[in-house]
Amino acid sequence: MKSIETDVVIIGGGVTGAGTFRDCLIRGIPAVLVEKNDLASGTTGRNHGLLHSGARYAVKDSASAVECIGENRILKKIARHCIEDTGGLFVALDDDDPAYSDKLIVSCRSAGIACREITRQEALQIEPNLNPQIVRAFTVPDATIDPFRLVSANVLDARERGGQVYTHTRVCRIMTGPEGVTGVQCQNRLTGEIFEIRARVVANASGVWGEKVCRATGIEMKMFPSKGSLIIFDYRVNRVVVNACRMPADADIFVPGDTVSLIGTTSRKIAYEDIDTAEVEEEEIAVLLEGAERLVPNVSKTRLLRAYCGVRPLISLEKGTVDGRAISRGIVLVDHEDRDGLKGLISVAGGKLMTYRLMAEKTTDLICHKLDRTDPCTTNSLPLPGSETKGRVPARRNQFKGISASVIGSTQYRHGERVHQILKSDRKNDGLICECEMVTAGEVEYALQHLNVEDIVDLRRRTRLGMGPCQGTLCACRATSFFIDLKKISGEKANQMLVDFIEERWKGIKPILWGDALRETEFSYWIHQGLISTKKKSETPDEV
Amino acid sequence: MINLDNISFDHCIKCTVCTVYCPVARVTHLYPGPKFSGPDTERLRIKNPDLLDDSLKYCSNCKRCEIVCPSDVNIADIIRLASANNPKRKLSLRDLILSSTDLIGQVATRTAVIVNWTMKLSPLRRLMQLILGLSHERAFPQYASSSFSKWAVGLIQTQETYPEKVVYFHGCYVNYNDPDLGKSVVQVLNRLNIGVVTTAEKCCGIPLISNNRLEEAKKHARHNIDVLKKAVGDSDMKIVLTSSSCCLALDHEYENLLEMDTTSIQGQIELITKFLYEAFEQEETPSLKPLNLTVAYHAPCHLERMGGVVYTVELLKKIPGLNLRFLHSECCGISGTYGFKEENYAISQAIGQNLFDQINDLKPDLVVTDCETCKWQIEFNTAYQVVHPITLLAKAMGCQNILKTGEKKTGS
Ligand SMILES: Cc1cc2nc3c(=O)[nH]c(=O)nc-3n(C[C@H](O)[C@H](O)[C@H](O)COP(=O)(O)OP(=O)(O)OC[C@H]3O[C@@H](n4cnc5c(N)ncnc54)[C@H](O)[C@@H]3O)c2cc1C
Ligand code: SF4
Ligand code: SF4
Repeated sequence: MKSIETDVVIIGGGVTGAGTFRDCLIRGIPAVLVEKNDLASGTTGRNHGLLHSGARYAVKDSASAVECIGENRILKKIARHCIEDTGGLFVALDDDDPAYSDKLIVSCRSAGIACREITRQEALQIEPNLNPQIVRAFTVPDATIDPFRLVSANVLDARERGGQVYTHTRVCRIMTGPEGVTGVQCQNRLTGEIFEIRARVVANASGVWGEKVCRATGIEMKMFPSKGSLIIFDYRVNRVVVNACRMPADADIFVPGDTVSLIGTTSRKIAYEDIDTAEVEEEEIAVLLEGAERLVPNVSKTRLLRAYCGVRPLISLEKGTVDGRAISRGIVLVDHEDRDGLKGLISVAGGKLMTYRLMAEKTTDLICHKLDRTDPCTTNSLPLPGSETKGRVPARRNQFKGISASVIGSTQYRHGERVHQILKSDRKNDGLICECEMVTAGEVEYALQHLNVEDIVDLRRRTRLGMGPCQGTLCACRATSFFIDLKKISGEKANQMLVDFIEERWKGIKPILWGDALRETEFSYWIHQGLISTKKKSETPDEV
Repeated sequence: MINLDNISFDHCIKCTVCTVYCPVARVTHLYPGPKFSGPDTERLRIKNPDLLDDSLKYCSNCKRCEIVCPSDVNIADIIRLASANNPKRKLSLRDLILSSTDLIGQVATRTAVIVNWTMKLSPLRRLMQLILGLSHERAFPQYASSSFSKWAVGLIQTQETYPEKVVYFHGCYVNYNDPDLGKSVVQVLNRLNIGVVTTAEKCCGIPLISNNRLEEAKKHARHNIDVLKKAVGDSDMKIVLTSSSCCLALDHEYENLLEMDTTSIQGQIELITKFLYEAFEQEETPSLKPLNLTVAYHAPCHLERMGGVVYTVELLKKIPGLNLRFLHSECCGISGTYGFKEENYAISQAIGQNLFDQINDLKPDLVVTDCETCKWQIEFNTAYQVVHPITLLAKAMGCQNILKTGEKKTGS
């Protein structure tokens, strides 16, 4: 059996794992990251992408609010290319409790969040499609953050510093010896290969799956999963983040994310066994659309692209809890040596996408402690790869002569400074593969070579390929050819990969299948089924 | 910021049919086509207005993309609006001149002899390319020495006497370049016992729209809507046009692109061939003299966009003896002022080549089309004279001074 030596193994390529991975490597600690699917394929890739200002929590949970605004300021500097500083609004309608608005101002002030009341006219100027019936409006420093880019940039940095990554590789077992944890046993899910990684510390950053990972070592860490659903609209319906000014409830945050807008979320308790099969329900779609129309009435005219859900882990630290009381909503960092007597195992969960850096800092501090090291954390000032320079205008525009402004802008938006390694003025490089999101051949090649891409679904997360209105109808086949050329996969495998990708897209389209989305799907069906007859393997008739 | 009331791009299913049919994208890689320039990049421009591509300028506004789109996306309008809203846009002197058909026409008709002569001088044309960016290879339309509107003033009294009347929106071309076509219209209508009213119209605005001067186009639209409203009053009097592009402006662009209130003239605007076709159907076709000619019909893009080709064709079919041949539906490449610009000249010629070849193969006696700029383009590129359908009809109806065939083809 293949065996790899390192100091730290991190389980889970969500934002928490990726952030910890990077922090370790920056501090010079050798580390390996293991992710069972793709980077950001768990909860990290299924959320709102809101870079909270903290205002959302200010009234109920001031500690979270303070944490948020602190990280908000840091991330706006170190993760520039993953963030769009849109600003945010809280808007109250007639039927919202007026007392909440007053509390919001006061609570924000005490948490250090800049919150200013503006007139209805000013709000409508900032956000012209806003419900004109609003009665009060406040500005807050909310922004948007792209989780895929954030994870990718963290992992890229760690890899460039010598870290190793295994995606599509599951940790099946945490290995222990008399001295505590000795490493993990993994299986590559694409090849079936089983191998082990020997390490002194294992950091379990597997999110809601943490309960399962711990259970395998006989440790109880109870999770109470809560599902949240969101709907994506075809284009940016709003310019800034729009929050309903009331106690957090369903469908009260409208976020502009890259080329689209998202409304979310719901919150539904689900059984732990269902975390891998959770689906968006019809009832949730209705709730979400109603909430969206309440904030921006005209969205009723906008095409829906898809719906998806993520599962939030609410963790109970007390052993033997059954009812979900004593649940912690903040960052949970568990030293299993203290709690369960297992040396070398750490679990980290909870928190938020936007507090990942802080979670990683705390986790890496604990890792250092375990390894008897004292290296300080510098992630609060060290920019991510792509975010080195301020501003978004490419410094060397000449390099891009002849390439459309929309293509340069989109590539730079996704990769920041790295645009210079990706785009070149040559027709083989700048030809479009995904026309909806302006993904070029050069970007696909770059992703395949540098960003841990194994299939088209992974490619989608790194580039937005297939995330636009046509949902992969035109780009999926083109993208497949790159896997054949660069990854030397067989035709049969390529076909399977294509089908898997279409199925994955279909899953998100199914809940919102009407209007233009239905017409689009029909067209996609003609192309994939009628023209190139892609088929699920199981559907191929048996040969006689 | 996006106006959520006007979101036709959202219906695009990415079928790419528009790009297949775009005449510009067919001949040059400099233009990525309507799908890219319209619905695709519109989503990006909503996100960030800076993501505005220079290549939008290659769109000729022929609107063929809109004809084929199965999703009713106003692709060319999206492109126009995006180009017009470009904060970095500067209006060149050239575009100012090309789009100010009213003004130039007024000056040129007064000095027609000199203008027509000097514009034939090759050194001058080279100088104009150098200074203005007007293609020196392009022949410029000839100007008439007296305008149609001036002539129409003398008509008012005689026209009063007709029991039924229509408003004739003649457009700049008839006014300054081809008053004879306007005179034919009056004769034809009078023979049908219909009087003709003209107004103090301004240029319809199409050249302004094509040159991204939407604010000025709105001023023209407002003026024209006002004068036309005054002319028709509360009646359901029709407003007829000979130019298919003017017709598109009044009937489509005013409301959809310029967002004007056109309720007062809605349903009253008609291309003259449609008006006559319907009049012939309702009353009876007047007796027509046979015209033993082989004519090739070219359908202008803007007329196709309005779905009006069938009326012109059916009307021409009524002329006995006429051997009517159809040219394949293709853009001629000129698209109004587009082909006059230096940077578009080669594109414009390449687009039209198929059409010119078809005409040359067919060797007709005449070419017929409803659009003045198509006429210029075809006459410039083939040896054939191009006439308006009304010119043929007037001749068949025995009107005077019509169509002296064999006369050297010109812009008049
Ligand atoms: C609906 C919703 C909306 C949200 N909106 C926001 C928001 O707007 N802003 C914000 O800041 N936060 C938001 N959050 C919270 C945020 O998404 C999460 O806190 C964060 O993504 C958690 O990241 P993680 O890395 O801890 O977990 P995950 O992203 O779930 O990562 C865990 C990873 O571990 C992997 N894994 C599991 N088991 C194994 C194994 N055995 N071997 C290897 N790998 C394994 C999984 O595949 C997964 O990729 C939202 C959450 C939800 C549910
Ligand atoms: S208007 Fe004509 S030139 Fe412009 S995109 Fe449409 S088809 Fe192409
Ligand atoms: S023809 Fe219409 S639906 Fe098809 S790609 Fe073009 S704009 Fe979209």
